[in-house]
Amino acid sequence: MIDDDTPLLSVRRLSKRYGAHIGCADVSFDLYPGEVMGIVGESGSGKSTLLNCMAGHLAPDQGEVIFDTAVEGPRDTLLMSEPERRMLARTDWAFVHQNARDGLRMGVSAGGNVGERLMAVGARHYGDIRGTATDWLTRVEIDAGRIDDRPTTFSGGMQQRLQIARNLVTGPRLVFMDEPTGGLDVSVQARLLDMIRSLVRDMGLSAIIVTHDLAVVRLLADRLMVMKSGHVVEDGLTDQVLDDPQHQYTQLLVSSILQV
Amino acid sequence: MFELRDVAKTFTLHNQGGVTIDVLSGANFTVSPGECVALTGASGAGKSTLMRMLYGNYRAEGGALLVGGVDLAKAAPREIIRLRREVLGYVSQFLRVVPRVPTLDVVAEPLLALGTDPETARGAAAGLLEKLNIPEALWSLSPTTFSGGEQQRVNIARGFVHPYPALLLDEPTASLDPRNRAVVLDLIAEAKTRGAAIIGIFHDGAAREQVCDAQIDVAGFTTGRAA
Repeated sequence: MIDDDTPLLSVRRLSKRYGAHIGCADVSFDLYPGEVMGIVGESGSGKSTLLNCMAGHLAPDQGEVIFDTAVEGPRDTLLMSEPERRMLARTDWAFVHQNARDGLRMGVSAGGNVGERLMAVGARHYGDIRGTATDWLTRVEIDAGRIDDRPTTFSGGMQQRLQIARNLVTGPRLVFMDEPTGGLDVSVQARLLDMIRSLVRDMGLSAIIVTHDLAVVRLLADRLMVMKSGHVVEDGLTDQVLDDPQHQYTQLLVSSILQV
Repeated sequence: MFELRDVAKTFTLHNQGGVTIDVLSGANFTVSPGECVALTGASGAGKSTLMRMLYGNYRAEGGALLVGGVDLAKAAPREIIRLRREVLGYVSQFLRVVPRVPTLDVVAEPLLALGTDPETARGAAAGLLEKLNIPEALWSLSPTTFSGGEQQRVNIARGFVHPYPALLLDEPTASLDPRNRAVVLDLIAEAKTRGAAIIGIFHDGAAREQVCDAQIDVAGFTTGRAA
């Protein structure tokens, strides 16, 4: 296996304030191709703010978000023009929302939801688009017979899987996920986690996953960043941070989990 | 393959009055390819802590901890991940798996992670499961519901499916019947023959005598500890 030595994403001193309140402060890290990084912390720790700043949904006050683009190499996405950034968001990037309704078009069929993203990158042949959409529905374990049904008729778990299919169909290189298993039943979560894990491995994806669920990062993430009050208090290999936490807050977080 | 220089480990419990526990200090030893070394010492002496440090699971506070040339005390996560994928295998006492994944895939996973094609990987996994007497009827099921001995053997199969040049074995023969115990000892002997460097914890004295070339008493690295 060849590991690329150029980071796929380099975040430098990224900060965002909401008035006097700190959203996230001075966050820097490098994410390499194929790496999955988890960001954990309690509500209000700044993890979602950070994710949204990186993904271009929020404008940070300062910092750089440098992405290794396919054509032009590393570029600061914060300095890109709006059309450039939008193109990036639907080709090399993907964003999986906690609430599938935020990431899906609820009035459009399941096949349409997947096909729309393909068309956005230039696919025009109806048969091909439908074929790819069918293939992706099957990959996320949705019966191909439901292709013409609207997501409003789907269960929460199915909607989340459809959102993942819609996001991954264009073969992105970096996926941002915001609490991808939040609000789902435990059994549905397990299935979804297993699926995300296989897809990430098979497609060689890099991903940044924000969650408050340590079991989710244990399963999915190679490395972990722990946030508190907008600051990164600890980071490292996932199992190392969880099994041998160094910072007081991480120790508290890990020891607060109920054993089943 | 393994080289420890003045390795030390301290735990600081911030939420329990900031107590610090010095578990190890001054750990120095090397293990060469083809050699199997047993860690010994009473319960609580720090054998498991040292094993976890050797896997990069616990952070080393001082010294250098080299595995295949990578210093675990300083390595970035991706270097440790690459080391674990290609060089360093670990058979723990407990099986930790993703729910729902069939046993055959659990065992094949280390090969899949290396990019081996699924058919070859599953073939190798099947060969090991057969050798370790896991009935074929169970291969398509998740090992989460298996007995302790069966889980242990699934774990062993997973640890031996890729010919790791460096192996860590935590009680590999615990909870096994004599027949399976013999199979595991054979696997360890085979790994040594192909040049693997092995560090293990064996409470099973006869097994230790049979496969280990040297013993290291961890008590020698133990310093005073807080009450």
